[in-house]
Amino acid sequence: MPDSTNTTEATLLEVRDITVEYVTQGQRFAAISDVSMDIAKGETLGLVGESGCGKSTTGRAIIQLPTPTAGSVKFEGRELTELTHTDMRPIRKRLQIIFQDPVSSLNPRRRVKDIVAEPLIISGMTNKAEIDAKVREVLNAVGMDPDITLDRRPHQFSGGQCQRICIARSLIMEPNLIVCDEPVSALDVSVQAQILNLLEDMKERYGLTLLFISHDLAVVKNISDRVAVMYLGKFCELASSERIYEAPAHPYTAGLMATIPEIGDKSIDNAMALTGEIPSPLNPPSGCRFRTRCPHAQEKCAAEEPAFSEIEPGHQVACHFPLLGE
Amino acid sequence: MAENAQTFRLLRLFPFFGKGNAAIASDRVKKSRKLGLVFWLAVSWLSLCLLATISTNFITFPDPLSQDYAALSAPWTMEHLMGTDNLGRNMFSRVIFGAATSFKIAFTSPFIGMGLGLILGMCAGYFRGRVDSTVSIFIDSILAFPNIVLAIAILFYAGANLTNLVLVIAFYTIPQFTRISRANTMLYAQREFVVAARAQGASHIRILFRELLPNVIVPVAAYSLLIMSFTIALEGTLSFLGVGLPPPDPTWGQMISEGVEELEEDAFISFVPAAFMFLTILSLNLMGDRLRQFTDVKASSA
Repeated sequence: MPDSTNTTEATLLEVRDITVEYVTQGQRFAAISDVSMDIAKGETLGLVGESGCGKSTTGRAIIQLPTPTAGSVKFEGRELTELTHTDMRPIRKRLQIIFQDPVSSLNPRRRVKDIVAEPLIISGMTNKAEIDAKVREVLNAVGMDPDITLDRRPHQFSGGQCQRICIARSLIMEPNLIVCDEPVSALDVSVQAQILNLLEDMKERYGLTLLFISHDLAVVKNISDRVAVMYLGKFCELASSERIYEAPAHPYTAGLMATIPEIGDKSIDNAMALTGEIPSPLNPPSGCRFRTRCPHAQEKCAAEEPAFSEIEPGHQVACHFPLLGE
Repeated sequence: MAENAQTFRLLRLFPFFGKGNAAIASDRVKKSRKLGLVFWLAVSWLSLCLLATISTNFITFPDPLSQDYAALSAPWTMEHLMGTDNLGRNMFSRVIFGAATSFKIAFTSPFIGMGLGLILGMCAGYFRGRVDSTVSIFIDSILAFPNIVLAIAILFYAGANLTNLVLVIAFYTIPQFTRISRANTMLYAQREFVVAARAQGASHIRILFRELLPNVIVPVAAYSLLIMSFTIALEGTLSFLGVGLPPPDPTWGQMISEGVEELEEDAFISFVPAAFMFLTILSLNLMGDRLRQFTDVKASSA
């Protein structure tokens, strides 16, 4: 497990204090602020949080769509935020994204062979036979029969099959990092497992690194090496998968963990369960953003914003009163 | 997902888009029936007019310009199928030859307007922001002009020939095409396949042409039938006002205009071209409306 604060040689992606601001109704608001993380080569980092907390914005800021308003994103040692779209093009090959809605992320008017070949064509490959061979190879890899698939259009496939096609499209350039933006949330539970297994297989076969965004804690637990928890556009906790599920240090994480249903467990942990509504990101609470819903909130929480600091090696928390040894 | 299904429902109407297997073929028959009798009557009328116009190149019709002084304002006979006008010219021939002008305008003007409208509308809908505002101001300015007045002015000074007429009429189709292109572009630009293309490094031009255009062009093309009827009516109006194509070559609008002087003696001189124009515009509208329903998300999801 790499040290999450210092850049090591194996660090593939280094995100420092990125902020994404939007202007709505003449008002500026930060969808995410001061988000930092490192992802090591070959690692899967899970990113969880409630709807609207900025998970997807973080994922898209990493692929520079849009470029973050502030902060730095270093991929393979290169600063991405300063690159133009043209300079970014060769890097995009190695930095791909998979979306939540597989149907919406495939152009309904194009054939599968054109959709999957598109990244190759954009990168300047012109040899038709070579393109065709590559397309067939990745379709086979994701478990789709090229002979049946190639000439069809997306609407002729199920959601799970569409997601396989999306994965094939992102794999064709043999990327190093794939941002998976809720890749299984729109799928049936049985299909979810298939896609997750496929992602695991592809990770091994192509040596991928994944940023896995999801609101489903159980899914994230299974696939991730480390997990980051987000609340209202900020990270509250980042730790190894085992640590964060066994001993969550942030009250919000603890609250989330209490919501995971367990077979045989009939009691609901009311003491930890989350109550209240998520505040508006337009006007976040002072100090700690979670204090309005936190069972342990004190005066200090309203006055001072907690720093995102390490409480044990590889375990960072943004809380004045982290839950330790409880 | 709903609009995808609509798009392909429309495509299945045309055999050459399909895979040709039995399942799709039977599906196609089912959908075609759903278009209704009225739709097919409209198609028949338009095909008939189009065939007649094209056949003037192969079959000898009575000369629409030669005058039969023995039969001025003649009633309907075998020799003069729809009678003659006050100058003794064969009405049937004139209406058929007049159709050529109307169809030339109906096919070229919306085509030019569609091209420009697509460029403006897609840029506005995709780039938004300043591009959108600029395009909107341009479109609003076109709409703010009293349209016939501007057309008359242009045709009066530039000369009333077919090219100028086509261009002026095309100009007036730009606002509608722009608005439809813009709305549909905005609909698709939010979809994740556009972000995906961006993430693959596609340029804006490539996204506009490869990702958005194939989706936007379907509803826009369906709408162009409605625009065609508008152009035929506009040609009629301009000819009626005396700034259309100059005589002697017949156009429907000009024939109606000439007939007005004789309205009391021989109403058919105006009524025959008016009836042709009415049926053609009605057919185009009926067809266009039906096809638009197939591509329109809201109307067809019900």
